[in-house]
Amino acid sequence: MQKVNLCDACSKEKGVQDPTGFALADLLLGIGAAEEIEKGASTQKCPVCGFSQADFKKTGRLGCSACYVTFAEGLNTLLKAMHKGTEHVGKLPQRAHRAMELNHRMRNLTENLQKAVAEENYETAASLRDQIKQLESEIAT
Amino acid sequence: MRGEGPHYQVVISSRVRLARNLRNRAFPGWAKKAERISILDLIRPRVEELTEMQDSFSESLQELSALERQVLVERHLISREHAAKGVGSAVVMNRRQTLSIMINEEDHLRMQSIRSGLQLKQAFKLVDKIDSALESKLEFAYDQRLGYLTACPTNVGTGMRASAMLHLPGLVLSELINQVIQAVSKIGLAVRGLYGEGTEAMGNLFQISNQTTLGEKEDEIINRLSKVIETIIEKEHDARQVLLQKKSNTLWDQIGRAYGVLTYAHAMASKEALNLLSIIKLGVDLGAFPEDRRLPIDELFIDIQPAHLQKSSQQKLNAEERDHLRAQIIRERLKLFPKPDISKMARESGDGSTAGPSNNE
Repeated sequence: MQKVNLCDACSKEKGVQDPTGFALADLLLGIGAAEEIEKGASTQKCPVCGFSQADFKKTGRLGCSACYVTFAEGLNTLLKAMHKGTEHVGKLPQRAHRAMELNHRMRNLTENLQKAVAEENYETAASLRDQIKQLESEIAT
Repeated sequence: MRGEGPHYQVVISSRVRLARNLRNRAFPGWAKKAERISILDLIRPRVEELTEMQDSFSESLQELSALERQVLVERHLISREHAAKGVGSAVVMNRRQTLSIMINEEDHLRMQSIRSGLQLKQAFKLVDKIDSALESKLEFAYDQRLGYLTACPTNVGTGMRASAMLHLPGLVLSELINQVIQAVSKIGLAVRGLYGEGTEAMGNLFQISNQTTLGEKEDEIINRLSKVIETIIEKEHDARQVLLQKKSNTLWDQIGRAYGVLTYAHAMASKEALNLLSIIKLGVDLGAFPEDRRLPIDELFIDIQPAHLQKSSQQKLNAEERDHLRAQIIRERLKLFPKPDISKMARESGDGSTAGPSNNE
Protein backbone atom coordinates (compact mmCIF):
# COMPACT_ATOMS: atom_id res chain seq x y z
CA MET A 1 0.00 0.00 0.00
CA GLN A 2 1.23 3.42 -0.90
CA LYS A 3 0.24 6.50 1.02
CA VAL A 4 -0.05 9.79 -0.80
CA ASN A 5 -0.82 13.11 0.80
CA LEU A 6 -2.89 15.31 -1.47
CA CYS A 7 -4.19 18.79 -0.99
CA ASP A 8 -7.81 19.51 -1.88
CA ALA A 9 -7.02 20.84 -5.35
CA CYS A 10 -4.69 17.96 -6.26
CA SER A 11 -7.10 15.34 -5.02
CA LYS A 12 -9.82 16.76 -7.23
CA GLU A 13 -7.42 16.83 -10.18
CA LYS A 14 -6.55 13.18 -9.62
CA GLY A 15 -10.18 12.28 -9.38
CA VAL A 16 -10.29 11.51 -5.66
CA GLN A 17 -13.68 12.97 -4.91
CA ASP A 18 -14.90 10.93 -2.09
CA PRO A 19 -12.52 10.33 0.80
CA THR A 20 -15.49 9.25 2.91
CA GLY A 21 -16.14 6.30 0.63
CA PHE A 22 -13.40 4.27 2.32
CA ALA A 23 -14.55 1.70 4.82
CA LEU A 24 -14.32 2.84 8.39
CA ALA A 25 -12.27 -0.21 9.32
CA ASP A 26 -9.62 0.79 6.79
CA LEU A 27 -9.44 4.23 8.26
CA LEU A 28 -9.40 3.16 11.86
CA LEU A 29 -7.30 0.05 11.70
CA GLY A 30 -5.62 0.30 8.34
CA ILE A 31 -2.15 1.53 7.60
CA GLY A 32 -3.17 5.11 6.91
CA ALA A 33 -4.80 6.87 9.78
CA ALA A 34 -3.94 4.52 12.60
CA GLU A 35 -0.25 5.02 11.86
CA GLU A 36 -0.81 8.70 11.73
CA ILE A 37 -2.08 8.57 15.29
CA GLU A 38 0.70 6.35 16.48
CA LYS A 39 3.31 8.85 15.37
CA GLY A 40 2.38 10.96 18.40
CA ALA A 41 3.46 9.97 21.89
CA SER A 42 1.99 6.47 21.91
CA THR A 43 2.12 6.22 25.70
CA GLN A 44 -0.08 9.29 26.07
CA LYS A 45 -3.19 8.74 28.18
CA CYS A 46 -6.32 10.82 28.50
CA PRO A 47 -6.11 12.63 31.87
CA VAL A 48 -9.88 12.40 32.34
CA CYS A 49 -10.57 8.73 31.56
CA GLY A 50 -7.18 7.03 31.22
CA PHE A 51 -7.82 5.94 27.64
CA SER A 52 -4.75 5.36 25.44
CA GLN A 53 -4.10 5.34 21.71
CA ALA A 54 -3.60 1.60 21.82
CA ASP A 55 -7.18 1.32 23.12
CA PHE A 56 -8.40 3.38 20.20
CA LYS A 57 -6.58 1.14 17.76
CA LYS A 58 -8.26 -1.86 19.33
CA THR A 59 -11.83 -0.59 19.50
CA GLY A 60 -12.11 2.27 17.02
CA ARG A 61 -14.00 4.18 19.72
CA LEU A 62 -12.76 6.88 22.09
CA GLY A 63 -12.88 6.84 25.90
CA CYS A 64 -14.61 10.13 26.71
CA SER A 65 -15.24 13.59 25.29
CA ALA A 66 -11.90 14.85 26.63
CA CYS A 67 -10.09 12.31 24.39
CA TYR A 68 -10.87 14.63 21.49
CA VAL A 69 -8.52 17.17 23.11
CA THR A 70 -5.92 14.64 24.29
CA PHE A 71 -5.56 12.99 20.90
CA ALA A 72 -6.47 16.04 18.81
CA GLU A 73 -3.45 15.86 16.54
CA GLY A 74 -4.02 12.35 15.22
CA LEU A 75 -7.78 12.71 15.21
CA ASN A 76 -7.74 15.76 12.99
CA THR A 77 -6.20 13.76 10.15
CA LEU A 78 -8.75 11.04 10.68
CA LEU A 79 -11.72 13.41 10.79
CA LYS A 80 -10.55 15.21 7.69
CA ALA A 81 -10.47 11.94 5.78
CA MET A 82 -13.83 10.83 7.13
CA HIS A 83 -16.08 13.86 6.86
CA LYS A 84 -17.21 16.56 4.49
CA GLY A 85 -15.62 19.33 6.50
CA THR A 86 -13.42 19.83 9.54
CA GLU A 87 -15.67 22.18 11.46
CA HIS A 88 -19.14 21.79 12.89
CA VAL A 89 -21.65 24.17 11.31
CA GLY A 90 -24.85 22.65 12.68
CA LYS A 91 -26.84 22.95 15.88
CA LEU A 92 -25.45 24.82 18.87
CA PRO A 93 -26.55 23.82 22.33
CA GLN A 94 -28.22 26.67 24.25
CA ARG A 95 -25.37 26.60 26.74
CA ALA A 96 -22.72 27.06 24.05
CA HIS A 97 -24.89 29.66 22.38
CA ARG A 98 -25.13 31.68 25.58
CA ALA A 99 -21.40 31.37 26.24
CA MET A 100 -20.66 32.64 22.76
CA GLU A 101 -22.99 35.57 23.20
CA LEU A 102 -21.40 36.54 26.52
CA ASN A 103 -17.90 36.25 25.03
CA HIS A 104 -18.94 38.43 22.14
CA ARG A 105 -20.35 41.08 24.47
CA MET A 106 -17.19 40.94 26.55
CA ARG A 107 -15.00 41.49 23.48
CA ASN A 108 -17.07 44.50 22.46
CA LEU A 109 -16.94 46.05 25.93
CA THR A 110 -13.17 45.54 26.22
CA GLU A 111 -12.58 47.14 22.83
CA ASN A 112 -14.79 50.10 23.71
CA LEU A 113 -12.99 50.49 27.02
CA GLN A 114 -9.61 50.63 25.31
CA LYS A 115 -10.98 53.20 22.90
CA ALA A 116 -12.46 55.30 25.72
CA VAL A 117 -9.18 55.24 27.66
CA ALA A 118 -7.21 56.22 24.56
CA GLU A 119 -9.59 59.10 23.99
CA GLU A 120 -9.32 60.06 27.66
CA ASN A 121 -13.07 59.70 27.93
CA TYR A 122 -12.96 58.66 31.59
CA GLU A 123 -16.66 58.86 32.36
CA THR A 124 -17.49 56.34 29.61
CA ALA A 125 -14.54 54.21 30.67
CA ALA A 126 -15.79 54.00 34.24
CA SER A 127 -19.24 52.95 33.10
CA LEU A 128 -17.73 50.34 30.76
CA ARG A 129 -15.61 48.99 33.60
CA ASP A 130 -18.76 48.51 35.68
CA GLN A 131 -20.46 46.72 32.81
CA ILE A 132 -17.46 44.43 32.36
CA LYS A 133 -17.47 43.58 36.05
CA GLN A 134 -21.15 42.68 35.87
CA LEU A 135 -20.63 40.58 32.76
CA GLU A 136 -17.73 38.78 34.42
CA SER A 137 -19.97 37.74 37.28
CA GLU A 138 -22.61 36.61 34.76
CA ILE A 139 -20.05 34.45 32.96
CA ALA A 140 -18.90 32.98 36.26
CA THR A 141 -22.40 31.67 37.03
CA MET B 1 -45.02 2.16 10.06
CA ARG B 2 -47.19 0.77 7.34
CA GLY B 3 -48.82 1.91 4.12
CA GLU B 4 -48.92 5.55 5.09
CA GLY B 5 -47.18 8.87 4.61
CA PRO B 6 -45.75 10.59 1.55
CA HIS B 7 -44.40 8.21 -1.13
CA TYR B 8 -45.72 5.30 0.91
CA GLN B 9 -45.43 2.87 -2.02
CA VAL B 10 -41.65 3.08 -2.05
CA VAL B 11 -40.66 4.61 1.29
CA ILE B 12 -41.57 2.34 4.19
CA SER B 13 -40.26 4.60 6.94
CA SER B 14 -38.02 7.55 7.77
CA ARG B 15 -35.76 7.70 10.80
CA VAL B 16 -33.52 10.33 12.34
CA ARG B 17 -31.27 9.67 15.30
CA LEU B 18 -29.08 11.98 17.32
CA ALA B 19 -26.11 10.81 19.40
CA ARG B 20 -25.26 12.76 22.55
CA ASN B 21 -22.87 12.27 25.46
CA LEU B 22 -22.31 13.78 28.86
CA ARG B 23 -19.26 15.99 29.17
CA ASN B 24 -16.13 14.39 30.63
CA ARG B 25 -17.80 11.10 31.50
CA ALA B 26 -16.45 7.87 30.03
CA PHE B 27 -18.36 6.69 26.95
CA PRO B 28 -20.41 3.50 27.59
CA GLY B 29 -17.89 1.23 25.85
CA TRP B 30 -15.05 2.44 28.08
CA ALA B 31 -16.93 3.16 31.33
CA LYS B 32 -16.79 0.64 34.17
CA LYS B 33 -20.06 -0.93 35.30
CA ALA B 34 -20.48 1.42 38.29
CA GLU B 35 -19.99 4.49 36.12
CA ARG B 36 -22.43 3.21 33.50
CA ILE B 37 -25.03 2.74 36.21
CA SER B 38 -24.42 6.20 37.64
CA ILE B 39 -24.75 7.73 34.16
CA LEU B 40 -27.94 5.78 33.54
CA ASP B 41 -29.37 6.96 36.88
CA LEU B 42 -28.57 10.53 35.88
CA ILE B 43 -30.07 10.39 32.38
CA ARG B 44 -33.06 8.07 32.73
CA PRO B 45 -35.30 10.25 34.96
CA ARG B 46 -34.66 13.22 32.67
CA VAL B 47 -35.79 11.16 29.68
CA GLU B 48 -38.83 9.72 31.43
CA GLU B 49 -40.10 13.15 32.48
CA LEU B 50 -40.18 14.46 28.89
CA THR B 51 -43.68 15.49 27.79
CA GLU B 52 -43.31 13.22 24.77
CA MET B 53 -42.58 10.30 27.08
CA GLN B 54 -45.71 10.46 29.19
CA ASP B 55 -47.13 6.96 29.34
CA SER B 56 -43.91 5.54 27.96
CA PHE B 57 -42.34 2.12 28.06
CA SER B 58 -39.07 2.27 29.98
CA GLU B 59 -36.99 -0.79 30.69
CA SER B 60 -33.47 -1.73 31.70
CA LEU B 61 -31.89 -4.05 29.15
CA GLN B 62 -31.12 -6.74 31.71
CA GLU B 63 -34.84 -6.90 32.55
CA LEU B 64 -35.76 -7.81 28.98
CA SER B 65 -35.61 -11.40 27.75
CA ALA B 66 -33.54 -12.23 24.68
CA LEU B 67 -36.77 -12.67 22.73
CA GLU B 68 -38.20 -9.30 23.79
CA ARG B 69 -34.99 -7.56 22.78
CA GLN B 70 -35.06 -9.29 19.42
CA VAL B 71 -38.64 -8.11 18.86
CA LEU B 72 -37.47 -4.53 19.51
CA VAL B 73 -34.62 -5.01 17.04
CA GLU B 74 -37.01 -6.33 14.39
CA ARG B 75 -39.14 -3.22 14.90
CA HIS B 76 -36.01 -1.06 14.61
CA LEU B 77 -36.71 0.42 18.05
CA ILE B 78 -33.31 -0.59 19.39
CA SER B 79 -30.09 -1.42 17.57
CA ARG B 80 -28.52 -4.87 17.47
CA GLU B 81 -25.64 -3.43 19.55
CA HIS B 82 -28.05 -2.21 22.18
CA ALA B 83 -29.78 -5.60 22.32
CA ALA B 84 -26.43 -7.10 23.37
CA LYS B 85 -26.10 -4.72 26.33
CA GLY B 86 -26.89 -5.63 29.92
CA VAL B 87 -26.60 -3.85 33.27
CA GLY B 88 -26.34 -0.08 32.94
CA SER B 89 -28.28 0.27 29.69
CA ALA B 90 -31.95 1.06 29.14
CA VAL B 91 -34.49 1.95 26.50
CA VAL B 92 -37.36 4.42 26.81
CA MET B 93 -39.97 4.63 24.05
CA ASN B 94 -43.37 6.18 23.60
CA ARG B 95 -46.51 4.03 23.28
CA ARG B 96 -46.93 4.75 19.58
CA GLN B 97 -43.39 3.51 19.00
CA THR B 98 -42.48 6.60 17.03
CA LEU B 99 -39.84 7.80 19.47
CA SER B 100 -37.18 5.63 21.07
CA ILE B 101 -34.31 6.68 23.30
CA MET B 102 -31.46 4.28 24.05
CA ILE B 103 -29.36 5.04 27.10
CA ASN B 104 -25.76 3.79 27.15
CA GLU B 105 -25.69 2.28 23.71
CA GLU B 106 -22.43 3.25 21.98
CA ASP B 107 -23.08 6.80 23.18
CA HIS B 108 -24.75 7.88 26.43
CA LEU B 109 -27.83 8.90 24.49
CA ARG B 110 -29.19 7.75 21.17
CA MET B 111 -32.52 9.40 20.42
CA GLN B 112 -34.48 8.36 17.37
CA SER B 113 -37.74 9.39 15.79
CA ILE B 114 -39.48 7.12 13.27
CA ARG B 115 -42.25 8.03 10.83
CA SER B 116 -44.09 6.32 7.97
CA GLY B 117 -43.25 7.27 4.41
CA LEU B 118 -40.77 9.95 3.43
CA GLN B 119 -40.88 12.34 6.39
CA LEU B 120 -37.26 12.99 7.33
CA LYS B 121 -37.84 16.66 8.12
CA GLN B 122 -40.71 15.87 10.48
CA ALA B 123 -38.69 13.11 12.12
CA PHE B 124 -35.79 15.50 12.66
CA LYS B 125 -38.06 18.17 14.08
CA LEU B 126 -39.23 15.88 16.86
CA VAL B 127 -35.83 14.53 17.80
CA ASP B 128 -34.37 18.06 17.70
CA LYS B 129 -37.05 19.17 20.16
CA ILE B 130 -36.23 16.25 22.47
CA ASP B 131 -32.55 17.12 22.27
CA SER B 132 -33.19 20.75 23.21
CA ALA B 133 -35.36 19.71 26.13
CA LEU B 134 -32.72 17.31 27.47
CA GLU B 135 -29.86 19.71 26.93
CA SER B 136 -31.39 22.16 29.39
CA LYS B 137 -31.03 19.52 32.12
CA LEU B 138 -27.92 17.60 31.11
CA GLU B 139 -24.54 18.96 30.10
CA PHE B 140 -23.69 17.48 26.72
CA ALA B 141 -20.16 17.08 25.42
CA TYR B 142 -19.78 19.81 22.85
CA ASP B 143 -16.77 21.42 21.23
CA GLN B 144 -16.82 24.82 19.49
CA ARG B 145 -14.97 23.41 16.48
CA LEU B 146 -16.06 19.77 16.36
CA GLY B 147 -19.64 20.09 17.57
CA TYR B 148 -21.20 17.21 19.51
CA LEU B 149 -18.56 14.70 20.62
CA THR B 150 -19.31 11.02 20.15
CA ALA B 151 -17.67 7.70 21.03
CA CYS B 152 -16.96 7.00 17.37
CA PRO B 153 -15.34 9.78 15.34
CA THR B 154 -17.66 8.93 12.42
CA ASN B 155 -20.58 10.53 14.30
CA VAL B 156 -18.90 13.68 15.55
CA GLY B 157 -20.40 17.07 14.62
CA THR B 158 -24.15 16.82 14.31
CA GLY B 159 -24.26 13.29 15.79
CA MET B 160 -27.08 12.78 13.32
CA ARG B 161 -27.91 9.79 11.18
CA ALA B 162 -30.95 10.22 8.95
CA SER B 163 -32.19 7.20 7.05
CA ALA B 164 -35.09 5.88 5.02
CA MET B 165 -36.17 2.32 4.35
CA LEU B 166 -36.94 1.90 0.66
CA HIS B 167 -38.79 -0.89 -1.13
CA LEU B 168 -37.19 -1.22 -4.56
CA PRO B 169 -38.43 -4.39 -6.32
CA GLY B 170 -38.58 -2.61 -9.71
CA LEU B 171 -34.91 -1.70 -9.63
CA VAL B 172 -33.94 -5.17 -8.42
CA LEU B 173 -36.01 -7.00 -11.07
CA SER B 174 -34.61 -4.81 -13.84
CA GLU B 175 -31.09 -5.35 -12.49
CA LEU B 176 -30.46 -1.64 -12.06
CA ILE B 177 -30.07 -1.75 -8.29
CA ASN B 178 -26.27 -2.07 -8.26
CA GLN B 179 -25.93 1.03 -10.42
CA VAL B 180 -28.09 2.94 -7.99
CA ILE B 181 -26.16 1.69 -4.96
CA GLN B 182 -22.85 2.64 -6.55
CA ALA B 183 -24.07 6.10 -7.54
CA VAL B 184 -25.42 6.73 -4.07
CA SER B 185 -22.25 5.65 -2.27
CA LYS B 186 -20.19 7.94 -4.49
CA ILE B 187 -21.94 11.00 -3.07
CA GLY B 188 -21.25 10.20 0.56
CA LEU B 189 -24.44 8.31 1.35
CA ALA B 190 -24.62 4.72 2.56
CA VAL B 191 -26.90 1.91 1.38
CA ARG B 192 -27.51 -1.00 3.72
CA GLY B 193 -29.72 -4.03 4.16
CA LEU B 194 -32.80 -4.49 6.32
CA TYR B 195 -31.15 -4.35 9.74
CA GLY B 196 -28.49 -1.75 9.05
CA GLU B 197 -24.73 -1.99 8.96
CA GLY B 198 -23.37 -5.23 7.57
CA THR B 199 -26.73 -6.85 6.94
CA GLU B 200 -28.02 -8.45 3.80
CA ALA B 201 -30.74 -6.95 1.64
CA MET B 202 -33.94 -8.99 1.94
CA GLY B 203 -37.40 -8.39 0.59
CA ASN B 204 -35.94 -5.81 -1.81
CA LEU B 205 -35.65 -3.46 1.18
CA PHE B 206 -32.77 -1.01 1.34
CA GLN B 207 -31.77 1.50 3.95
CA ILE B 208 -30.18 4.70 2.72
CA SER B 209 -28.53 7.16 5.08
CA ASN B 210 -25.99 9.96 5.40
CA GLN B 211 -22.43 8.81 5.96
CA THR B 212 -20.83 12.01 7.24
CA THR B 213 -21.77 14.22 10.16
CA LEU B 214 -19.16 16.99 10.28
CA GLY B 215 -19.04 20.11 8.12
CA GLU B 216 -22.66 20.19 7.04
CA LYS B 217 -25.79 21.52 8.80
CA GLU B 218 -28.52 19.12 9.88
CA ASP B 219 -31.10 20.50 7.46
CA GLU B 220 -28.57 20.46 4.61
CA ILE B 221 -27.87 16.78 5.24
CA ILE B 222 -31.59 16.02 5.35
CA ASN B 223 -32.34 18.03 2.20
CA ARG B 224 -29.54 16.33 0.30
CA LEU B 225 -30.68 12.90 1.44
CA SER B 226 -34.35 13.67 0.66
CA LYS B 227 -33.46 14.80 -2.87
CA VAL B 228 -31.48 11.64 -3.53
CA ILE B 229 -34.34 9.53 -2.19
CA GLU B 230 -36.83 11.37 -4.40
CA THR B 231 -34.63 10.59 -7.39
CA ILE B 232 -34.49 6.92 -6.42
CA ILE B 233 -38.29 6.87 -6.05
CA GLU B 234 -38.57 8.24 -9.60
CA LYS B 235 -36.12 5.61 -10.89
CA GLU B 236 -38.10 2.89 -9.13
CA HIS B 237 -41.36 4.03 -10.75
CA ASP B 238 -39.63 4.29 -14.15
CA ALA B 239 -38.27 0.76 -13.74
CA ARG B 240 -41.76 -0.52 -12.90
CA GLN B 241 -43.22 1.15 -16.00
CA VAL B 242 -40.54 -0.37 -18.20
CA LEU B 243 -41.21 -3.79 -16.68
CA LEU B 244 -44.95 -3.35 -17.31
CA GLN B 245 -44.44 -2.31 -20.88
CA LYS B 246 -41.54 -4.49 -22.00
CA LYS B 247 -41.49 -7.44 -19.63
CA SER B 248 -45.07 -7.77 -18.52
CA ASN B 249 -44.92 -11.57 -18.93
CA THR B 250 -41.95 -11.82 -16.57
CA LEU B 251 -43.65 -9.52 -14.09
CA TRP B 252 -46.91 -11.45 -14.30
CA ASP B 253 -45.01 -14.69 -13.83
CA GLN B 254 -43.19 -13.38 -10.76
CA ILE B 255 -46.40 -12.18 -9.12
CA GLY B 256 -48.23 -15.41 -9.93
CA ARG B 257 -45.40 -17.56 -8.57
CA ALA B 258 -45.12 -15.50 -5.39
CA TYR B 259 -48.87 -15.81 -4.87
CA GLY B 260 -48.80 -19.55 -5.54
CA VAL B 261 -45.92 -20.33 -3.21
CA LEU B 262 -47.18 -18.10 -0.40
CA THR B 263 -50.69 -19.55 -0.49
CA TYR B 264 -49.64 -23.21 -0.69
CA ALA B 265 -46.23 -23.63 0.96
CA HIS B 266 -45.93 -25.42 4.31
CA ALA B 267 -42.41 -24.36 5.23
CA MET B 268 -40.78 -21.05 4.58
CA ALA B 269 -37.60 -19.32 5.79
CA SER B 270 -37.87 -15.59 6.55
CA LYS B 271 -35.67 -14.57 3.65
CA GLU B 272 -37.84 -16.41 1.12
CA ALA B 273 -41.00 -15.06 2.74
CA LEU B 274 -39.77 -11.46 2.64
CA ASN B 275 -38.69 -11.80 -0.99
CA LEU B 276 -42.06 -13.22 -2.03
CA LEU B 277 -44.07 -10.74 0.04
CA SER B 278 -42.11 -7.98 -1.64
CA ILE B 279 -43.40 -9.16 -5.02
CA ILE B 280 -46.99 -9.26 -3.69
CA LYS B 281 -46.54 -5.73 -2.34
CA LEU B 282 -45.39 -4.70 -5.80
CA GLY B 283 -48.53 -6.39 -7.15
CA VAL B 284 -50.68 -4.23 -4.85
CA ASP B 285 -48.83 -1.09 -6.02
CA LEU B 286 -49.48 -2.07 -9.65
CA GLY B 287 -53.15 -2.87 -9.12
CA ALA B 288 -52.96 -6.67 -9.47
CA PHE B 289 -54.45 -6.91 -5.97
CA PRO B 290 -57.03 -4.58 -4.42
CA GLU B 291 -55.67 -1.61 -2.46
CA ASP B 292 -57.30 -2.79 0.78
CA ARG B 293 -54.90 -5.78 0.73
CA ARG B 294 -51.95 -3.46 1.34
CA LEU B 295 -52.20 -3.42 5.11
CA PRO B 296 -52.30 -7.22 5.63
CA ILE B 297 -49.17 -7.56 3.48
CA ASP B 298 -47.34 -4.77 5.31
CA GLU B 299 -48.25 -6.43 8.61
CA LEU B 300 -46.90 -9.78 7.42
CA PHE B 301 -43.53 -8.16 6.68
CA ILE B 302 -43.22 -7.52 10.42
CA ASP B 303 -45.06 -10.49 11.89
CA ILE B 304 -43.11 -13.22 10.11
CA GLN B 305 -39.72 -12.18 11.46
CA PRO B 306 -38.21 -14.82 13.78
CA ALA B 307 -38.71 -13.09 17.15
CA HIS B 308 -42.22 -11.86 16.28
CA LEU B 309 -43.21 -15.41 15.32
CA GLN B 310 -41.99 -16.82 18.61
CA LYS B 311 -43.59 -14.03 20.58
CA SER B 312 -46.97 -14.71 18.99
CA SER B 313 -46.70 -18.47 19.53
CA GLN B 314 -45.57 -17.93 23.14
CA GLN B 315 -42.87 -20.54 22.88
CA LYS B 316 -39.32 -21.04 21.80
CA LEU B 317 -39.21 -22.61 18.36
CA ASN B 318 -36.34 -24.12 16.42
CA ALA B 319 -35.71 -23.02 12.85
CA GLU B 320 -37.75 -25.85 11.33
CA GLU B 321 -40.75 -25.14 13.57
CA ARG B 322 -40.50 -21.43 12.79
CA ASP B 323 -40.49 -22.06 9.05
CA HIS B 324 -43.56 -24.24 9.46
CA LEU B 325 -45.42 -21.70 11.59
CA ARG B 326 -44.43 -18.86 9.26
CA ALA B 327 -45.92 -20.68 6.25
CA GLN B 328 -49.07 -21.43 8.23
CA ILE B 329 -49.59 -17.80 9.28
CA ILE B 330 -49.04 -16.59 5.73
CA ARG B 331 -51.50 -19.16 4.33
CA GLU B 332 -54.14 -18.12 6.85
CA ARG B 333 -53.74 -14.41 6.20
CA LEU B 334 -53.82 -14.92 2.45
CA LYS B 335 -56.99 -17.02 2.58
CA LEU B 336 -59.17 -14.05 1.74
CA PHE B 337 -56.65 -12.71 -0.73
CA PRO B 338 -58.05 -12.66 -4.29
CA LYS B 339 -56.02 -14.14 -7.14
CA PRO B 340 -53.86 -11.63 -9.00
CA ASP B 341 -55.85 -9.82 -11.70
CA ILE B 342 -53.69 -8.98 -14.69
CA SER B 343 -56.40 -6.88 -16.36
CA LYS B 344 -56.25 -4.37 -13.51
CA MET B 345 -52.50 -3.89 -13.73
CA ALA B 346 -52.13 -0.17 -14.22
CA ARG B 347 -49.85 1.09 -16.95
CA GLU B 348 -49.46 4.39 -15.18
CA SER B 349 -49.30 3.26 -11.61
CA GLY B 350 -50.14 5.83 -8.97
CA ASP B 351 -46.77 7.08 -7.83
CA GLY B 352 -47.84 7.58 -4.24
CA SER B 353 -46.26 11.02 -4.36
CA THR B 354 -49.13 12.61 -2.57
CA ALA B 355 -49.88 11.85 1.05
CA GLY B 356 -51.00 8.30 1.75
CA PRO B 357 -54.39 7.19 3.07
CA SER B 358 -53.73 8.95 6.34
CA ASN B 359 -50.85 11.06 7.46
CA ASN B 360 -49.95 9.63 10.79
CA GLU B 361 -46.76 9.95 12.72
